[in-house]
Amino acid sequence: MATYSTNQFKGGLKIILDGNPSSIVENEFVKPGKGQAFNRVKIRNLLNGRVIEKTFKSGESVEAADVIESELNYLYNDDEFWYFMDNSSYEQIAVGKAALGDCENWLKENDPYTVTLWNDKAIAVEPPNFVNLKITETDPGLKGDTAQGGSKPATLETGAVVRVPLFILEGEVIKVDTRNGEYVSRAKD
Amino acid sequence: MVNMSPAPKTELKIDHWQPTASKVNLQARAKIIQAIRQFFIERNVLEVETPALAQHTVSDPYLDSIQCDATGEEATLYLQTSPEYHMKRLLCADSGSIFQMCKSFRVDEQGRLHNPEFTMLEWYRVGFDHHQLMDEMDDLLQLVLQCNHADRMTYQQVFQKFLNIDPLHTNSAELKHCAENNGVNDPGLGEVIDDWLMLLFSCCIEPHLQPLTFVYDYPASQSALARVNEADPRVSDRFEVYYQGIELANGFYELANVKEQRQRFIHNNKARLANGKQAVALDEMLLSALEHGLPKCAGVALGIDRLVMLALNCNSINEVIAFNFSKA
Repeated sequence: MATYSTNQFKGGLKIILDGNPSSIVENEFVKPGKGQAFNRVKIRNLLNGRVIEKTFKSGESVEAADVIESELNYLYNDDEFWYFMDNSSYEQIAVGKAALGDCENWLKENDPYTVTLWNDKAIAVEPPNFVNLKITETDPGLKGDTAQGGSKPATLETGAVVRVPLFILEGEVIKVDTRNGEYVSRAKD
Repeated sequence: MVNMSPAPKTELKIDHWQPTASKVNLQARAKIIQAIRQFFIERNVLEVETPALAQHTVSDPYLDSIQCDATGEEATLYLQTSPEYHMKRLLCADSGSIFQMCKSFRVDEQGRLHNPEFTMLEWYRVGFDHHQLMDEMDDLLQLVLQCNHADRMTYQQVFQKFLNIDPLHTNSAELKHCAENNGVNDPGLGEVIDDWLMLLFSCCIEPHLQPLTFVYDYPASQSALARVNEADPRVSDRFEVYYQGIELANGFYELANVKEQRQRFIHNNKARLANGKQAVALDEMLLSALEHGLPKCAGVALGIDRLVMLALNCNSINEVIAFNFSKA
């Protein structure tokens, strides 16, 4: 079993915590003048994204997690699994709904996504920060509306609904920030 | 414990040879060090230099010294974790008040506020008790940090104020419960009250000590090399200094009783063995010096790297050290 000692801790290190694959977000070495040294560590659970703070006695070891992140292209889904492919090896990976999470809202065929694999199994999918998606449904804009007017809901080709300015029309392609689900602009191309 | 896999490699960047501190910070650091030296010269405190490499080392239960073999023979030598023992021998030899700025070394201490090799300012004032030394230290810190006069609180007061616990009347169960309520898990501490007090102090009290604060009257069980208080034997004449939530210094009204000192060394070694560490040989040269007689004095050790970091509003000591350990 591979292990890491607390003095190897640093941001990005992947460990097993309470059986879950986790990533160290922040590590602070704490040493009272005359006492036991500790590591105060912020750790993200890679299965549910939750960040917790945990204190270790310095010098202790924890199990290393076999976690890698790969850039894979989204292919298609069959409602049970979503399939992604490594463009260099043509290897395909099936991702279940739980691991896909919110990313389902931002999936576009042939775009690259960051897939996190734990023991060769997909546990999380990260979309790029910005995606371009087509509007499949929105109310027509009213005449005289300008960029500084209000906003209205628009349904995207993925099924996600975002707020867009009134002048945006059905059929247009818009740029969306996947981190907060907000409209950014019309797509440039 | 042996680590079977190394941490992921960080690629060597092209500028890996570059210092960790900026030129501006190094210039400011030099100015601060000059000002500190001037502060002591004006007060007739003698600057001294003592060995960094020596036959003996401290027996603190939670400090490890870097060991070396400087002679090619079997005898192990130690890089000093602080100049304390040698400076006390000078005091016993009638040096009068002394100060020193020197490199000190500690195993496995690395982070935002730690480097295994660091610069320490240590000074001793003959005829002072710890309260008089706190007064002088306050003056020095005003000079360097340009902050308000220090607040003073006892160890008991800070625990009562921030955690509603009396550290002199508590037990490990209450402290464990308090830690849980404050979002600190049990890292496997056991039943030793001082271990819990120190965990709570570090995680739950230090962050509150933003203004310059002297905490004094530490529990007698954490006295280290301080006298036990004459009026209240539950506490010791030890203080620590905090600024912006960071520990800056540790001082004592120095223990002069050689019998008690020997007992504390033995007690430390017992604790070391219980923690799975090696016992260290007692420093008989220090004990003989104390036997000869340590004048009434107070002394304090202050981390220069942290002080400069705080004076320059930096976030890590790496920004004020020319080359930190990863670039050394």
